[in-house]
Amino acid sequence: MSRPDEPAVDLALARAHGLTDDEYAKIEQILGRVPSFSELGVFSVMWAEHCSYKSSRRYLRELPSTGEHVLQGPGENAGAVAIGDGLAAIFKIESHNHPSFIEPRQGAATGVGGILRDIFTMGARPVASLDSIRFGPLDDPLHRRLLEGVVEGIGGYGNPVGVPTVGGETTFHPCYRGNILVNAFNCGIVEADRIFLGTASGVGNPVIYAGSKTGRDGIHGASLLASAEFDAETDAKRPTVQVGDPFTEKCLIEACLELMRGDAIVGIQDMGAAGLTCSSFEMADRAGSGIEMELDRVPQRADDMTPYEMLLSESQERMLLVAERGREDEVTAVFARWGLDAVVVGRVTDSGRMCVRWHGETVVDIPVAPVSGSAPVLDRPVCEPAALRERQKLDLASVVPEEDLAGALEALLDSPNLCSKQWVYRQYDQRVQGNTVIAPGGDAALVRVKREDGTATRKGLAMSVDCNPRFCWLDPYQGTLAAVAEAARNVACTGARPLATTNCLNFGNPEKPEIMWEFAEAVRGLGDAAEALGVPVISGNVSFYNETLGTAIFPTPTIAIVGLIDDWQRHAVAHFPRPGLALVLLGETREELAGSEWLALRRGLEAGMPPRVDLEHEARLHELLARGVASGTIVSAHDVADGGLAVALAECCFMGRDLLVGARVELDEPFRPDAVLFGESTGRVIATTEDADALLALAVERGVPAAVIGETGGEVLRIASSRTGESWIERPVGALRSLWERALPRRLAAEEAA
Amino acid sequence: MFAVLRFPGSLDDRDMVFALKSILGVEARLVWHQDDRLPPETRAVLLPGGFSYGDYLRCGAMARFSPIVADLKRFADRGGPVLGTCNGFQILCEAGLLPGVLVRNHHLHFVCDLAHLRVERAAAPFLARARAGDVLRIPIKHGEGAYTLAPDQLAELEAGGQVVLRYCDAEGRVVSEANPNGSVGNIAGITNPAGNVIGLMPHPEHAVEPAIGGTDGLVLLGSLVDAVGGGDA
Repeated sequence: MSRPDEPAVDLALARAHGLTDDEYAKIEQILGRVPSFSELGVFSVMWAEHCSYKSSRRYLRELPSTGEHVLQGPGENAGAVAIGDGLAAIFKIESHNHPSFIEPRQGAATGVGGILRDIFTMGARPVASLDSIRFGPLDDPLHRRLLEGVVEGIGGYGNPVGVPTVGGETTFHPCYRGNILVNAFNCGIVEADRIFLGTASGVGNPVIYAGSKTGRDGIHGASLLASAEFDAETDAKRPTVQVGDPFTEKCLIEACLELMRGDAIVGIQDMGAAGLTCSSFEMADRAGSGIEMELDRVPQRADDMTPYEMLLSESQERMLLVAERGREDEVTAVFARWGLDAVVVGRVTDSGRMCVRWHGETVVDIPVAPVSGSAPVLDRPVCEPAALRERQKLDLASVVPEEDLAGALEALLDSPNLCSKQWVYRQYDQRVQGNTVIAPGGDAALVRVKREDGTATRKGLAMSVDCNPRFCWLDPYQGTLAAVAEAARNVACTGARPLATTNCLNFGNPEKPEIMWEFAEAVRGLGDAAEALGVPVISGNVSFYNETLGTAIFPTPTIAIVGLIDDWQRHAVAHFPRPGLALVLLGETREELAGSEWLALRRGLEAGMPPRVDLEHEARLHELLARGVASGTIVSAHDVADGGLAVALAECCFMGRDLLVGARVELDEPFRPDAVLFGESTGRVIATTEDADALLALAVERGVPAAVIGETGGEVLRIASSRTGESWIERPVGALRSLWERALPRRLAAEEAA
Repeated sequence: MFAVLRFPGSLDDRDMVFALKSILGVEARLVWHQDDRLPPETRAVLLPGGFSYGDYLRCGAMARFSPIVADLKRFADRGGPVLGTCNGFQILCEAGLLPGVLVRNHHLHFVCDLAHLRVERAAAPFLARARAGDVLRIPIKHGEGAYTLAPDQLAELEAGGQVVLRYCDAEGRVVSEANPNGSVGNIAGITNPAGNVIGLMPHPEHAVEPAIGGTDGLVLLGSLVDAVGGGDA
């Protein structure tokens, strides 16, 4: 099967493809011969870390993935949960880190495009996007440009496809200097009995290629770019970044959803990482079938493409469908109406083999199961990082107490991590589809659920994406518990019940035992938290090799959780909606300054054991929030997280649009004031209520510590000690808001001026 | 029947139908851009927001060649009411139904926000529910919303009372800080001389429910329903 114009396949070429000696031996064993050049390419992408999950698989299969709401767990394009009214929510988060660092605009744009295809592939209309993006410090001009490019890419793709971006997080830390993170989440709605899967079943059924033409872009994106560390040669990898076309994606969404309302489609899968290769193998594998394909029929953008290039191209906006035999014309007609190519490129067979022909010759003939189903599963060595114990040490007594509490609050509100991200969100369409109840800027986003026929339901979906990488670096297990707890708490603050979890696990090089240990600990935390909080993990993505010249990012398990609210009109907002409400702090404040934003910003220290997470308390708190909001007892609820109680209180005062509501607060804790104000104890929520007695009674009933700490009103945020009467902070909320609002534009304007 | 035109790349088309049908209770239908004729029962035509044909060329420049636009022109010439929002406004300008053009926002970024709009002229069929001087709050979301035209055309537009909506602050002051995109004269919406064709960058269809964008969009869409009648739902 070797062709004269292709390189001869040997071990050296296999190594250049990123395959190990063992893997190459296994290929020869599976085939019983030397692979063709195209086959070598196919194996190299299918077995690359990015597609095969070979390092992570043995950990991921331990995660809880079932539950009463779960309709589809991991293994498909995305997970699905039932939300009542015969509907299901389909969601997933995915990374596009490496491409976004190399080419931020296209990297981020195609990240959004890829996650959208995962959702509508299953028959769901994508209804809401979130993005978790992390950069190096903003005083680095490269990272200001990366931020601007990534935001432009997310908006430049998300806006023209008509899917609102309703939330996310944007943070900065030196650990992302060499590797930024771009994690894109999308959630869609589908009728629960109309979920489509990526299976190639029914011998003789046509395999149809639809969407953009295949070009030379993105070849080896998954294997060379996403499955290796960055080094001095990274810039040379720019050709492996794909280019997106949101207009084609929008037409694909409409054409696919239109087709999926009928019964001509058997299975459908997007061509994402590793393109035509990965999608056809996965579809055949799920059905236990085979596929034969004629590459000559594939619509091509470039002249003289080789079979190797066609099989490995990662050109965007392409779908692979298996249709009912005899319905080919019906399918292609719908795509034609939307101006899209759709061509029958092959048939489903019962051979269990993938046979690909080109110019009448067989260029690939591989048994399906050994490649996709039996991909290597590694048991990489793990070892606790030598420096871990050292960085977990913090003697709080030796940390100089904050001398200027109000000044510290101002500094925190003005810091890149805690300041307003409106500069980012203003560039995204937050409103298209007309369901955005809580737009970016609250704890979780809240969108009303509509049916595909356009009629509204009373249901609402709340969603949030969270991670505190510093906690995870100090203790990946505790840090991941905190991330899951925070995402669920944010969702619960709207009044929704958290339903299920998706995750994007961003780590360094898994070949290093210390990184693998961090990963194993994080997955253990994810499993424990998901179990305890009743939010099974229904989809996810792993991104390894976020490492440059030997320096890895902080372990960053980004957690996204979706929750359901039965009547979206009965929801709580995060901000203080009006004066005269009682302020109730739910949860306990402990003397936990370790790992806090205050400690990093004001003392330059990132050390100590991160705050303890009490999962049983969290579960009780979420239940309390759901009941309190549904009954109307809780009017607003805001999670206390980065920056502690003082920052959370300030946010409550000014986060409401066109609304400034001050508060008088008295706090009573027997330890240092900076720990009271800026410590980041988990499991806390600031709630407001008309009826403090009722809320306290409900808290007692649900077993959640609660205390009235003040009331809303005036134009000043005043926080004092109830023990000493000493005034800790007294600032007009208008002034705090303008600090918070201007922090990001001010830093970015520095670039324009330069 | 209210006809909502659907081009490839239209985005707010379904939202416009929702506003008309589910909120205002009138019959509304999507009409495909390749159709030659508007349905005979059409009482008003709405051009929704979006990125028709991806707007890779000048916004709206491709859409004006769609077959349905020829019949839209005939409909407008007969005095039929036509409302274009966002990309719909851009298409109406490109098609010559409205003067001027919409170019890239002066700050070069896409902007999604709630805009305050001062009603300059409260006339049927689009603004009869308002009074001149009223301040409406309606979402905007666009990258190319800076309305511009030649000085003599602008003078004509102003003299003819064709400027019906201007960006303003919450108190109704037309100031440059309230201009979200660099539009000349803070112009947010205009009509043709006859007053039966309106184009505006803000999205009234996204302000029809109290908790989702507010209800000020109903001033525009409700006025239109009042004017042409909608009892045929």
